[in-house]
Amino acid sequence: MNFSAVTGQFWSLLLAGVAIGFIYVLISLGYTMVYGVLRLINFANSEIFMVGTFASIIVSRTFFGYGDSSDTIHGFKLYYTLAACLVAAMLMSGVTAVLVELVAYRRLRAKGTNRLASLISAIGTSIVLSEGARILTQSRPLASPRLLNKFFVFNIGTVGFRIDIIIVIVFAAALFFAVDRFVNKTLLGKAIRAVSMSEDTSRLMGINLNRVISATFFIGGLMTGAAAFLYDLVFENTRFNIGFNLGLAAFTAAVLGGIGNLRGAFFGGITLGIIEVFAAAIFGAQWQAVTVFVVLVLVLLFKPNGLFGEAIQQSRV
Amino acid sequence: MAILKNFNLRDKGAEIWEGWNRSKRTTFVFAVVGVVILLPFAGDFSITSFLNTPTASYQAVLVYPVGMYILMALGLNIVVGKSGLLDLGYVAFFAIGAYSAAILGTRTNLNIWEILPIGMGLAMLSGVLLGLPTLRLRGDYLAIVTLGFGEIVRISAINVQSTGGPNGIGGVPNPPAVLGMKFDINNLKGFFWIVVVMILLVIWMIRRFTSRRPGRAWEAIRQDEDVAMLMGVPVLRYKIWSFSIGAAVGGAAGVIFASKSMFVAPDMFTFNVSVLILSCVVFGGMGNIWGVILGATILAYLPERIRFISTARQLVFGLALVIIMNVRPDGLLPRKKREKITAKGATK
Repeated sequence: MNFSAVTGQFWSLLLAGVAIGFIYVLISLGYTMVYGVLRLINFANSEIFMVGTFASIIVSRTFFGYGDSSDTIHGFKLYYTLAACLVAAMLMSGVTAVLVELVAYRRLRAKGTNRLASLISAIGTSIVLSEGARILTQSRPLASPRLLNKFFVFNIGTVGFRIDIIIVIVFAAALFFAVDRFVNKTLLGKAIRAVSMSEDTSRLMGINLNRVISATFFIGGLMTGAAAFLYDLVFENTRFNIGFNLGLAAFTAAVLGGIGNLRGAFFGGITLGIIEVFAAAIFGAQWQAVTVFVVLVLVLLFKPNGLFGEAIQQSRV
Repeated sequence: MAILKNFNLRDKGAEIWEGWNRSKRTTFVFAVVGVVILLPFAGDFSITSFLNTPTASYQAVLVYPVGMYILMALGLNIVVGKSGLLDLGYVAFFAIGAYSAAILGTRTNLNIWEILPIGMGLAMLSGVLLGLPTLRLRGDYLAIVTLGFGEIVRISAINVQSTGGPNGIGGVPNPPAVLGMKFDINNLKGFFWIVVVMILLVIWMIRRFTSRRPGRAWEAIRQDEDVAMLMGVPVLRYKIWSFSIGAAVGGAAGVIFASKSMFVAPDMFTFNVSVLILSCVVFGGMGNIWGVILGATILAYLPERIRFISTARQLVFGLALVIIMNVRPDGLLPRKKREKITAKGATK
């Protein structure tokens, strides 16, 4: 127990928690959107994230030829390199998500079978993806070259705002806002919401179910891929099994906020990020995951629909 | 193809079985049990030496993973298959059983036979403690909470002093001999027979439960919880029963596992084990004892068998899961059709 760390560095811990929380928000969108339309836990989402982290690093290493000892770059070059990494991560994750849906879910859905069968087939896909990555990388971690010069943009009191942290928060918030607008304002978003309310009725209304579900997976994958890029930017490292812990945390975040609820995922992700960082500071990093789950159980005990499940039911995906 | 699609081995088997009289049934049961008991000898002949897998002897594989997985899959089947509760942290109970055997076995004078009921009791107790707050929740939340519980047990085992931390505990004693039969690394047959006895007891227990009040309550809860509650089934109580009985079976498997391998470490109790056991249940056919046994046998033996493609072995395993689930979503041997028909519509 180390409470002095908390009182001493309260604001910097809070900032770190919010930053990791925003990454969770983007990953948990992948879980929560799929859950919204299919009522299924997309077990392969953690692997979709893993694919994104690799895509982003491989683009900067192979395409642009940066290595571990490369200097940081500046100006226009930096912008287009990072943009290429981001686009690669998002597209790869998005495409993987659509493929996962095709392989693991579509046939089973057409047969109208039990939910556990879909779960097992998703777990199977997830094993295939992570094992494939393990074999290709020979279980070695892959480091991301540091392209961005990580300087402190400004300080408020003792808290330094580093550039990558600012990018994470601003960019993730913007993406979340965009998805939220998309789901609530566009025609496709309306279709997604309709499917999540009732599959049968929306089919009767002329909605192409398969297309909407594919689109949902794609958007969820895009967000997970963006999270993967941001993760690389901050932590500069990936492994074939990176998805497991992050996926678990993101899923917990989605449940915390009320799964299937977009804005719930937003608050759930940030809450979880903050809890995690403070728990690590107080109890030590090894107990981080335990604290998270204890919090989750307590929340579910008193608010079984998640923290925000009831309050903003209307914005259910 | 149409015939193949409608063909259900489970129903065919049940038809034959129900056509038999008592003496025929008894003979059949004894014959099957006899064959199973003789299984450890099957690898002794030169012609059957292909049964030995590349890294482990046939007899070793028969105890762990095959026998152990069948036992655990049957235990999990009570939770997932019978009462429809999705448990993603079943490995926790296995770990609790294994660690009670390791701690009590190395620090007290209790022998494994005395520890077995204690380990089962502890697993059961943790099942009740976990079940009381979480079994009120909807299915998907239960899944994530149980998953979390599995991780908590593993992380605690790594970080607590008395469980030996990441190095685990070595020197777990073998069970003392029973009726002159020894149990140690050179006498793996003994372990296999213990596991077989436990499997038979579990099968017997499940069959008794299924045709009586708890079984009917579980079936009602699985089909529709709300209706079951309206019909006066004490839903929470029966859910906790199912959860803790499943936990006790997992705990028993853990005790025997620890004593057989004489060593426990947190690495043995990862989330992957929970997934694998759940896969055994769903792959074989949820809710059907024989399907679960078949599924567990295949999924336990297959990865050992294909160790020669060692790097790609898990990959092939994952592919097999996807393909089989797509071809036969109800598992290899699904539950009885008549149970399925009544369940249709209600469970969707």
